[in-house]
Amino acid sequence: MSRERVLRSVRAALGEARGTEVNVPRDYHHRLTGEEAGSRADVVALFSERVADHRATVRHVGADELATTVAAALWAREAKRIVVPDDLPYGWLAQLEGVQALADAGTVDVAVLDAVDGVVTGCAAAVARTGTVVLDGGRAQGRRALTLVPDYHLCVVHADQIVGTVPEAVARLDPYRPLTWISGPAATLDLGLRRVPGVHGPRELEVLVVED
Amino acid sequence: MTSGPIPLPMPRVLGALGGTGPGEAARPRFATAAREALADTGQRRSLRESMAVLRGRREAATAEAADWEELREAGRAVRDRSLLSLDTHLETLEGAVTDAGGTVHWAADAAEARRIVVGLVRATGRSEVIEVRSPVTREIGLDRALAGAGVDVAETGAADLAVRLAGERPAHFLLPAVHRDPAEIRRTFLRRMPGAPSDLTDDPRELADAARAHLRRRLLSADVAVIGAAFAVAETGTLVMPEGDGGGRMCLTLPETLICVLGIEQVVPCWRDMEILLQLLPRSATGERMSPYVSTWTGVSAQDGPRDLHVVLLDNGRTAALADEVGRAALRCIGCAACLSVCPVYERTGGHAYAAGGSVLSGPIGAIWTPQTRGVRGAAEASLPFASTLCGACGDVCPVKIDIPGILVHLRGKVVQARRHRPVPPPEMAVMRALAWAMGDRRRYEPALRQGVRWARLLSRGGRIRRLPGLLGKWTEARDLPAPPRDPFRVRWRER
Amino acid sequence: MRVALFVACFNDVLFPRTGEAVASLLTRLGCEVSFTPEQTCCGQMHWSTGYQREAAGLARGFTEVFGPQDVVVTPAASCATTIRDAYPRIAEATADPGLAGAAARLTVYELTEFLVDVLGVTDVGAYFPHRVAYHPTCHSLRALRLGDRPLRLLRAVRGLELAELPAAEECCGFGGAFAMKNSDVSVAMVADKVRHIRQSSADVVCAVDNSCLAHIGGALSRLRGGVRAMHLAEILAATEASR
Repeated sequence: MSRERVLRSVRAALGEARGTEVNVPRDYHHRLTGEEAGSRADVVALFSERVADHRATVRHVGADELATTVAAALWAREAKRIVVPDDLPYGWLAQLEGVQALADAGTVDVAVLDAVDGVVTGCAAAVARTGTVVLDGGRAQGRRALTLVPDYHLCVVHADQIVGTVPEAVARLDPYRPLTWISGPAATLDLGLRRVPGVHGPRELEVLVVED
Repeated sequence: MTSGPIPLPMPRVLGALGGTGPGEAARPRFATAAREALADTGQRRSLRESMAVLRGRREAATAEAADWEELREAGRAVRDRSLLSLDTHLETLEGAVTDAGGTVHWAADAAEARRIVVGLVRATGRSEVIEVRSPVTREIGLDRALAGAGVDVAETGAADLAVRLAGERPAHFLLPAVHRDPAEIRRTFLRRMPGAPSDLTDDPRELADAARAHLRRRLLSADVAVIGAAFAVAETGTLVMPEGDGGGRMCLTLPETLICVLGIEQVVPCWRDMEILLQLLPRSATGERMSPYVSTWTGVSAQDGPRDLHVVLLDNGRTAALADEVGRAALRCIGCAACLSVCPVYERTGGHAYAAGGSVLSGPIGAIWTPQTRGVRGAAEASLPFASTLCGACGDVCPVKIDIPGILVHLRGKVVQARRHRPVPPPEMAVMRALAWAMGDRRRYEPALRQGVRWARLLSRGGRIRRLPGLLGKWTEARDLPAPPRDPFRVRWRER
Repeated sequence: MRVALFVACFNDVLFPRTGEAVASLLTRLGCEVSFTPEQTCCGQMHWSTGYQREAAGLARGFTEVFGPQDVVVTPAASCATTIRDAYPRIAEATADPGLAGAAARLTVYELTEFLVDVLGVTDVGAYFPHRVAYHPTCHSLRALRLGDRPLRLLRAVRGLELAELPAAEECCGFGGAFAMKNSDVSVAMVADKVRHIRQSSADVVCAVDNSCLAHIGGALSRLRGGVRAMHLAEILAATEASR
């Protein structure tokens, strides 16, 4: 059987070196340096700057303005029908008038996801240094197809969800959940090495940072 | 000193230096393939411009990370840790994937991997598959196998689409169409892509939209997907896939069945190691702080993504590389292709010249990977370690510190060693031995020196040599050689 | 200071003036220069072409000749790299711990390292009234990591105008056997190097290794480029008196 054959080859190949312990020096940055961000406000500012570098739109709102801002963003795009995870906090859509929101519990057909004007979700964590939001399928995030098929993704990030670095994010996230790290809209370098939107994921990403 | 018998047959020296053994010239060596590539001026221009852009992006992205050198050292250690206990990590991975609802398959070679994947696709009863082309799926020749089994394959990547429509092979294992500029891709789309808008321009945005329109229906309705991935985490059974365009996300969320083909070296011990590799890879590969999308998933999830997950673990020569204490460092490779964009040889030849026996990896990493996984008996494979000036740029940028120049020299030694067993030594070997013998002692060196100077001066006109005989003539095809002065340094020193 | 000169075999035969320049320069700076005629070749060509056994023989020969010397100086950066970086590897590949030990006891400097680090000089009192481009050879740049030592020496030369060389750090395409085994690619690379040298409008291109310079100079000569290729040592040795 090939399983044994491959494992036997590996063992034979390693010979006496097999099982040699290698110490991994972890003296790289675990948190942002003081130069990058001296205060909590700097971390949030760095996150916004880096999200914008990916050509995503980023806006800061107070908690009490969130519903209005969500509604305004959708109106500005003339969105008629959107999809949301069925556990999205009700308040986020409270100001939504004239926009139909389909609540998905894993049931909305892919053809419908392809036809809607956008999706609104929260996130599990966000990384300042890389301008990344991470979704783990938890509360307010839905299944992965939800943030993939629609062409517009509005993602709500609470300021306290933003960590500084990739190591902080990795420590906070659960690898047993399906994770999607999103750094800007879908982009390809394939066609002339200019980062252009597309081909398959949402071509527009808008991030709302909620600060209390 | 006496002028005894001349130790070196000079015309033979001149004729054979730089040559190869009998019968080898007819086979597709790197040099032969490179000549063709050099003649493709369009490709050369595109490659020159693209590589400069990639170099600039990588440089900026790594300069920005103040802890870059610490990350590289950690990356090297993580990869060595993976490799030196590879058997243990593979077994752990198998257990973790199985516990999470997936199925693990083992393939000793490409043929077995093809059989496994084709069998899995057949078992679904479907005849359409979507695929994120990856170095590993190309390595096993999956497309042709699936087509042979009557399965229709759609790629997700715009560049893969362009390369296939143009009837070409990828020139770069990460950016398959990097040797073609947008104008050429536009022409290919217009000519070969059904439904391409007739007013398509060469704006990359429009090209991306055209590819999206062409592929979308197939991707949204697919039931089976085949992908590669960047890493597999042994401890948790997690698969990790960075990408730009969302084609990978299509594959791992919409279909019912997901088949992931991985080289056995792609395993890493623990989840925490991702905090290193997810920083090294995007910055090195495309000069991004993070890839637009990174998906990580463990087995199957209820109500999210495929119901069936298959992981195919492929050896296909990797254990042969692992057996070489020096050369095994090549298996640290995380597939960033940074060594390609800094390589002056790759920049001028593109990837096709490195495709010994259909191998996929090109550039400096291909030149150390292919001869190790395929052996150095074939002339094409044996020519790859010599396809480098040893300028060292590749080793300097490698995010996991693979000493590529050192391994190239090591493999040159293996190639020569393999030739030592021939009943008649190749002419180059005879000459190199004779030179070593002559230079091994002053009493042999000095007469040889005098003899060489006399010969060279006979060939020179006006202080330079414009034509040398035999294969040394390769030098004088485009370069003069200064005529050696009558007296070498040692004579001048003695007589000063 | 007593200094043993390792001239390198190709300088011995093709570029004796470089050896003479090193000797006169170091003598001018107060060193006592010796030349051991037992020296031949460091083994670089054999090692980098895969002839490990032959390279080991030459490496052992080198350590025997230069073992008794306190300080060895060479104007060949790639040979310095071979002795420093490759000898331990040659010893390992041929299972010769004696060679490893002998190599570890050698003290070999590339010329500009010796000038800047050991003698502590950057102004060597040279005079060279020309426009000069400096090509950092790959071994000097990425193996020896000479950094800006050669440039600091050049900047202190009176009369010398330093020309900016575009894409200076790109390999010239020599690579030893590469120049013949892969001559087409090699020529394509040196063609770009020559183009950049011309763009710099220098009348002299210099480097710390005559092997690369033979390649660049050979292409310039074929194209009758009007630019001279010259070892850095010859520039540093030139004085107003020597004009």
